[in-house]
Amino acid sequence: MSAATAANPVANPAASAPAMRQVGLGKAVGHSLTLAGRNIRYIVRSPATLVDTIIQPVLFLVVFVFLFGGEVAGDWHTYLQTLVPGLMVQITLYASVGTGLALNTDIAKGVFDRFRSLPIARSAPLVGAVLGDVVRYALALTVLLGLAFAFGFRVQTDVLSVLFAVLLVIGFGLTLCWLSVLIGMVAESPQAVPGIAMSLVLPLTFGSNIFASPDTMPGWLQAWIEVNPVSHFVDAARGLMLGGEVAGPVLWSLGSMAVILAVLFPLAVRAYARRARS
Amino acid sequence: MTDAIRAEGLVKTYGSTRALAGVDLTVPAGSILGVLGPNGAGKTTTVRVLSTLLSPDAGSAVVAGHDVVRQPVAVRRAIGLTGQYASLDEELTGFENLVLIGRLLEMPRREARARAAELLEQFGLTEPGARAVKTYSGGMRRRVDLAASLVNRPQVLFLDEPTTGLDPRSRNQVWSIVRELSKEGTSVLLTTQYLEEADQLADRITVIDQGRVVAEGQADDLKRRTGSQTLLVRPGDARDVPRVSRILAALIGGEPTVDEDAGVVTAPVDDPVLMSALVRRLDEDGITADELALRLPSLDDVFLALTGSPAERAADGRSADGTDGTDGDARSPMNERSAA
Ligand SMILES: Nc1ncnc2c1ncn2[C@@H]1O[C@H](COP(=O)(O)OP(=O)(O)OP(=O)(O)O)[C@@H](O)[C@H]1O
Ligand SMILES: [Mg+2]
Repeated sequence: MSAATAANPVANPAASAPAMRQVGLGKAVGHSLTLAGRNIRYIVRSPATLVDTIIQPVLFLVVFVFLFGGEVAGDWHTYLQTLVPGLMVQITLYASVGTGLALNTDIAKGVFDRFRSLPIARSAPLVGAVLGDVVRYALALTVLLGLAFAFGFRVQTDVLSVLFAVLLVIGFGLTLCWLSVLIGMVAESPQAVPGIAMSLVLPLTFGSNIFASPDTMPGWLQAWIEVNPVSHFVDAARGLMLGGEVAGPVLWSLGSMAVILAVLFPLAVRAYARRARS
Repeated sequence: MTDAIRAEGLVKTYGSTRALAGVDLTVPAGSILGVLGPNGAGKTTTVRVLSTLLSPDAGSAVVAGHDVVRQPVAVRRAIGLTGQYASLDEELTGFENLVLIGRLLEMPRREARARAAELLEQFGLTEPGARAVKTYSGGMRRRVDLAASLVNRPQVLFLDEPTTGLDPRSRNQVWSIVRELSKEGTSVLLTTQYLEEADQLADRITVIDQGRVVAEGQADDLKRRTGSQTLLVRPGDARDVPRVSRILAALIGGEPTVDEDAGVVTAPVDDPVLMSALVRRLDEDGITADELALRLPSLDDVFLALTGSPAERAADGRSADGTDGTDGDARSPMNERSAA
């Protein structure tokens, strides 16, 4: 699925018709993979990226489980169980902020212009950034789950269900990264990107069922949490990892993914094409 | 195909700013064109249009035999571009930057690495090539950036102010690289605010100002176009400057220009015979001259005459050396007679 969405701008004639006719799809994929490799190298190379992908999951898990666990759930062991599937969604969302940041940094540093002066597919820098991010999400999730298991988190289902949950969450990250791309393309400077992105990501993650059960919350907040796609992904991940309802939340999740993609993807690609032309 | 670049009537408008208001220029294959202009003249915009980064609002351009609007990928295959500002990945090493470009150009991994090493060596950057670009000095960055535009051995090379901010040594290094590439057959378009640079490197010069070409030709042609020549006297004893000034004033019937700091008196002259009259007068008065020359106007003078405003380089402190124009002009065919 990721490859299909990612390869789409290549096939989009509006993005760059003349470029497309001369850079074959196979070559375009090669360029994208090369650039994805560069972005993966970044994870290790750039301290900021390393903090985003590795320190953040650790911090969230430790702070929430031990600080609020007893208060929210009676004891932190119980809280750990419900929190981990939710944190998977949250961590991935946070990591997706990096996509727009990386693209905007490339523009600001002139790297984007260098790429554009090369005979490569116009979409390759974009596709490369998104593909590289899959690795970042996977790494962040691995760190989170590894630590969670060390603290005593126990899966109540089977390996396949967990794998499906992980894929679903990564799919959500790949969906929302187009929001990040859009922000990265319209933001004036790299410094502006995290601020804009976080002001959107915060209400999505904290205004959800990740940290507390909505039962005790005011009606308007419950209404928001009900429509917030994050809540559906959290429900799906919980069902898949801890047992409970799976089909409903998964369908809701896939549906909201489709809606978000239908809105954000064309906007992001258009913003990218505009920036790549100016 | 005899022209590496041929642009006709390029127009680019940003809001109410006409960055390009109809630029025509031609670079014969294998030659170097210097595009000269002050800040905001449209140099960078011209380069970005010709290197396919920007589509023009009107006009057309053919680079290496391909139309920049209709065949951008073919153009990109044939060109190298070093923009006005470095365009390197700061987190990667110089070596990794070059390898990445080689890989994007579809070189096999080994070839990309070999080419990167070769370029770093050629630019004297083998050792720093192993460090992250963010640790580089401005000059190193510039040179790696230049190397990055050469990975594909381009037919046509665009250099946007390639030596701005470089010390004289790095600048000379860049100049000799450009000359070397040109000798090997690469066609080069370089922009510059350094008049001397255009004079030194370029086969032909296109002067642009406010998005228009205001002059085009060989350096010497351009100099001749401003008409008169300049007579320059540097007395051996700086205290003689006022006397020299008076003598010269009497000869030309006008006020000469006195540069007290340099101890130099200059005056525009139309009649080369004045030179011998001046030598006689100085002799009679027992004044010795360290330097006595009749020269074509410097490109600075040309620039002033053509654009109506002085070149800004001296004012903004970006000039490294050679600002007095004497060294560049020493090569002009008809001058430099020393009387001593
Ligand atoms: N993206 C842009 N948006 C708005 N105006 C622009 C843009 N790019 C260039 N301009 C304007 O177009 C004109 C030409 O700019 P350009 O960068 O081509 O000049 P230049 O000759 O390269 O100058 P410099 O020597 O300062 O680099 C300037 O007036 C500039 O302000
Ligand atoms: Mg410029």
